[in-house]
Amino acid sequence: MTQTRIQPRPRTPQSDADASTISGGGPTTAMRVIVPLQGVVQGRGGLVLGSVIPCALFYLLQFYLKRRHRPGPTPTTPPPTLPEAAEGSPPPVHRVQTRSTISPRGSNGQAHVSYRANSIAKQIDTPYYIGLKKASVDPYDEENNPDGFFQLGLAENLLCVDLVQDWIVANAKNSIVGGDLSISGIATYQPSDGLMELKVAVAGFMSRVMERSASFIPSQMILTAGAASAIEMLSFCLADAGNAFLVPSPYSPEDIKWRTGVEIIPVPCRSTDGFSLSITALDRAFTQAKKRGLKVCGIIISNPSNPVGNLLNRETLYSLLDFATENNIHIISNEILAGYSCESEEFVSLVEIIDSEDFDRNRVHIVYGLSKDLSLIGVGMGVIYSFNENVLSASKKLTRFASISAPTQHLLISMLSDTNFVDKFIKTNRERLHRICSEFVVGLKRLGIECVKSNAGFYCWADMRWLICSYSEKGERKLWDKLLNVAKVNVTPGSSCHCIEPGWFRCCFTMLTEKDIPVVMERIAKVSEVCKSHS
Amino acid sequence: MAIEIEQPRVGLSKIAVSKTHGEDSPYFAGWKAYDENPYDEFRNPSGVIQMGLAENQVSFDILEEYLEQHAEEASWGKKASGFRENALFQDYHGLQSFRKAMASFMEQIREGRAKFNPDRVVLTAGATAANELLTFILADPGDALLVPTPYYPGFDRDLRWRTGVNIVPIHCDSSNNFQVTPQALEAAYKNAESLNIKVRGVLITNPSNPLGATIHRSTLEQILDFVTIKNIHLVSDEIYSGSVFSPTEFTSVAEILESRSYKDCERVHIVYSLSKDLGLPGFRVGTIYSYNDRVVTTARRMSSFTLISSQTQQLLGSMLSDEKFTGNYITKNRERLRNRYEKMVGGLRNAGVECLEGNAGLFCWVNLSPLLENQTRESELAVWEAILHRVKLNISPGSSCHCSEPGWFRVCFANMSEKTLEVALKRIQSFMEERKITSG
Repeated sequence: MTQTRIQPRPRTPQSDADASTISGGGPTTAMRVIVPLQGVVQGRGGLVLGSVIPCALFYLLQFYLKRRHRPGPTPTTPPPTLPEAAEGSPPPVHRVQTRSTISPRGSNGQAHVSYRANSIAKQIDTPYYIGLKKASVDPYDEENNPDGFFQLGLAENLLCVDLVQDWIVANAKNSIVGGDLSISGIATYQPSDGLMELKVAVAGFMSRVMERSASFIPSQMILTAGAASAIEMLSFCLADAGNAFLVPSPYSPEDIKWRTGVEIIPVPCRSTDGFSLSITALDRAFTQAKKRGLKVCGIIISNPSNPVGNLLNRETLYSLLDFATENNIHIISNEILAGYSCESEEFVSLVEIIDSEDFDRNRVHIVYGLSKDLSLIGVGMGVIYSFNENVLSASKKLTRFASISAPTQHLLISMLSDTNFVDKFIKTNRERLHRICSEFVVGLKRLGIECVKSNAGFYCWADMRWLICSYSEKGERKLWDKLLNVAKVNVTPGSSCHCIEPGWFRCCFTMLTEKDIPVVMERIAKVSEVCKSHS
Repeated sequence: MAIEIEQPRVGLSKIAVSKTHGEDSPYFAGWKAYDENPYDEFRNPSGVIQMGLAENQVSFDILEEYLEQHAEEASWGKKASGFRENALFQDYHGLQSFRKAMASFMEQIREGRAKFNPDRVVLTAGATAANELLTFILADPGDALLVPTPYYPGFDRDLRWRTGVNIVPIHCDSSNNFQVTPQALEAAYKNAESLNIKVRGVLITNPSNPLGATIHRSTLEQILDFVTIKNIHLVSDEIYSGSVFSPTEFTSVAEILESRSYKDCERVHIVYSLSKDLGLPGFRVGTIYSYNDRVVTTARRMSSFTLISSQTQQLLGSMLSDEKFTGNYITKNRERLRNRYEKMVGGLRNAGVECLEGNAGLFCWVNLSPLLENQTRESELAVWEAILHRVKLNISPGSSCHCSEPGWFRVCFANMSEKTLEVALKRIQSFMEERKITSG
C-alpha cells in the first residue's frame, strides 16, 4: 500500500471514453447504449432485426456524440478518424455486424480493409506501442550508446540469458539435428498441438516451477506458438464475437480482441485495496454487463497479476470458483509468471484447488508459457491446460494456425529434460530476480516513488501520482512523455493497462543489469525533480 | 443426504462446436485409413500407401548434407553475442536477417524477375496461418473471397472457420484445362451479389493445388485487371513456386506488377511458405508479402498470435542466405520432381489412366471419370472408397476440392520413395486390368 493520501477519483465518463480509445480496450461510450438495445431486439426480432435496428440507432447516436465530443484532437486522444474515414464516412465499429456497411471504400479508391484491421491501425498510436518502438530502435548500451533508451516496457527476462546461452552452445547442435535424429524426423508434418514428449517435459517443468503446487497431466495439454496464441485460442473456443470476458484491471496492455471480436469488461481494482480483486466488484461488473445485454462467457485472471504482481490467495480462488459456478461461466487463469513468487507468499495454482475440491472442472482453463520462465526470448511456447474435453478437442484443431516448429520442440525437450540445468536455472533466476527487484524498488523509493508490494512478477507497479501535474489521464500522459523523451526511459502508463486511477506506471526491470539501475534512477530523477518543483 | 443437482453445462462458442474445420470430410477420412494400416516396404507391404499428402520428401538428403556441414552456424553457437541483441526486438517483427533471407530466396525462385523488399515480409507459423490472417484483414465476417475451383480442401477451414468469411467458387472445368476465365470471374462475382454478399478479393493458388499446373501469364493479367476494376484484393498463394519443373513456365503476380511499374499494387498480397519447396512443413514457416503498407503493419501485429520462434529463424536464415546452396537446391529439387512426375504420368498412362498436363507441384490431377458409374459425386466417392479399401491407396477425391466435374482425383507422388511409387503404380495397373476384364 502506498503512503500518500490521495483519494483515488474514478475517471469521468468522458475521459473513460478517451481512455478506451487510447488503450484500444474497453467498449466505447456509444457501445454502452447500443449493446443493450441489440440484446433486447435480438431476443425478440431475431438476428436480422437485432442487427439492423441497433445499426440505425448507432449511426444516429454517432452523429449525436460527434457533436458532444471535444472539438479537435487533444494530446490525450489519438486522431479520431483514420485516413480512409477522414473523407466523411463514419468511424469503424468495434463490434461484429455482418450485414451493415461498416467501412465503406475510401474515396481515394483503395480497396476495403476489414474493421478488424482498422481497429489495430488505431492502436498504433497508443503510448504502449510508441514507447516500445522508440526504445527498441535506440537501446541503451553502456559502451556504445550511453544516451540510448532504457526499455522498461517489455517484460522479457534477460537476467539469466547467459545460462541459456551456455546451455545452447553446449547442447543445441545435438538436440535438433544429429545423432539419431535425421531431418526427415523433424521436417515432416507433426501433430499440430505438440509432441507428446514435449508435453511430458513441460508438465514436469510446470510442476517444478510452481513448487509442486499442482501436478499436470500431459494429455490435457495443448501446445501452441506462444502464450498470446493460447489465450486467443481459448477465447475463440469459449466466446462468440460480441460476447465478453470480465478482466480485473489494471491488466496487461496486449490485446486479444482483434480477431476474436470479444469484448473485455474491466473490473476495476483500487489502490485502496492494494489493487486486489474484490468479488463484489466482479459481481457488480457482471450484473451491469447483463443489463446491457452482453453475454459474459468467463473471467480472465492473471495469477500473479500483470502489472501489479499480486498473488491470488486460496480464499480468493475459492470465491472465484464459486462465482463462476453460480453464473455458469468459465475461468481462464494466466499463470505465466507463476515461477516468480517470493518466499513470503505461496503460489497456489487454480489446478491445485480443482484437484482438491469438487468444482466443475469443465469451466477451468490455465494458460502458461515458457518465455518468461526460461529467458527463451523469441521461442514462443504457450500452453493451454484444460479439463474440458470439448475445449481440448477444439483447441487442438485450432493449433494448426499456430504450431511450434519441430526443431524448437526438440530443443525444448532436450532442455527441459536436463533436470540439473533446470534446477540451477530456476534457483539462479529467482535469486537474480529478487536482487534486481529489490534494488530497483529501493532506487525508486529514494526518489520518493513507492511501489505496490509485489509478491511476484517482473514489474513493479509504481505510484507516480504525486508527480503528475493534473490528476487525470492527460497528466499521466504528459509524465509518460517526459519520462520517454527527456529521461529516455520507456515505462508503461497505467492507462495502457486500463487502470482507472491515473498516475500509476508499470516498470519492468528484467532487461536491466545491476549496473544499469543507478543510471536509470539518475535519469528518472531528472524528470521527477522538475515535476516536484512544479507541483 | 446430499441431493444430486445436475450442473448446468458450461457453454462453448459456435466456433468450437462448428464443423467448419472440415475434418470430417473424405479428404481427412482417408488419412485415418492410412494411419490405421500404413504401408511399409518391409513390415507392412500390403498396407495403405499415402498419396493424399502433399509433402516433398525428394530432396531431404540435400538439406541433411547442408545442416551437417553447417551445424555450428545453424544453432546459436556462433552468434552467441547476437543473442542479447535479438532479445531486444519485438517478437512479431521477426529477425531482420531472416526476412532478408526469405526475400532473397523468393527472388531466386523467380530467377530475379521480381524483387522483394524484406520490410514487406511478415512472418507467420505456416501458410495456413498466413492465408487465415490475410482473410481476417481483408474481409469482415459475412463477406466473401472468390476462389477458383478445384481448390485445396484446407481453404474451407483456413479461410472460413474463425474468420466468418465465405468462399464463393469461380467455376473452372476441363474444357480449357481448368484455367480461370473472365466469364467465370464475372459469374462468381454476380453470384455473390445475388446472395447479397460483399466480395473482398480473389484468392488464387499459383502453381495450382490440386491441378499441379501454373497459371498462364495472360490469365494472371486478366485476373489482375478484374480485381482492379472491381476494386478488390488479390491474394496469390505461391507456395509451390519453387516446385515448378521448368522455371521459365512460372509467372508470379509480382512479375506482372513489376512490368506495370507497380501501379495500383496495394491490392496484391503474396503468400509463401517453406513447407512445400523445402519440404519443411514441420518447421512452420510461412510469410505474407504485401504491397499494402497498412496490411503489412496490421498483419505484423496480428502475427503475434502465430509466431515463428527466433531459433527456427536463426536455423534457416543462414541456410536461405547461402545463395550457392539455395541455387543448387532449387535446381536439383525441380529436376527430381519432374522425374517423379514423368514416372507417375508414364505409369498411369500404361494403366490407361489420363492426367491433366501438369508442370509443377507435388501431385497429378488424374482423370478417373471413365471408372464412374454415373457422372455424379456419389459415384466418385464410390470409386474413391474402392481405391482406398481394395487398391489400398489414399488419393483425394475432386469433390473434396469442390471440383464441378466428378471423376477427378489428386494423387501425390513426392511424399514417398521411388520404390513405393513403383508399388503404387503397379497396384493401379492391376486394378485397371481387373476392371477391363470384368467390364470387357
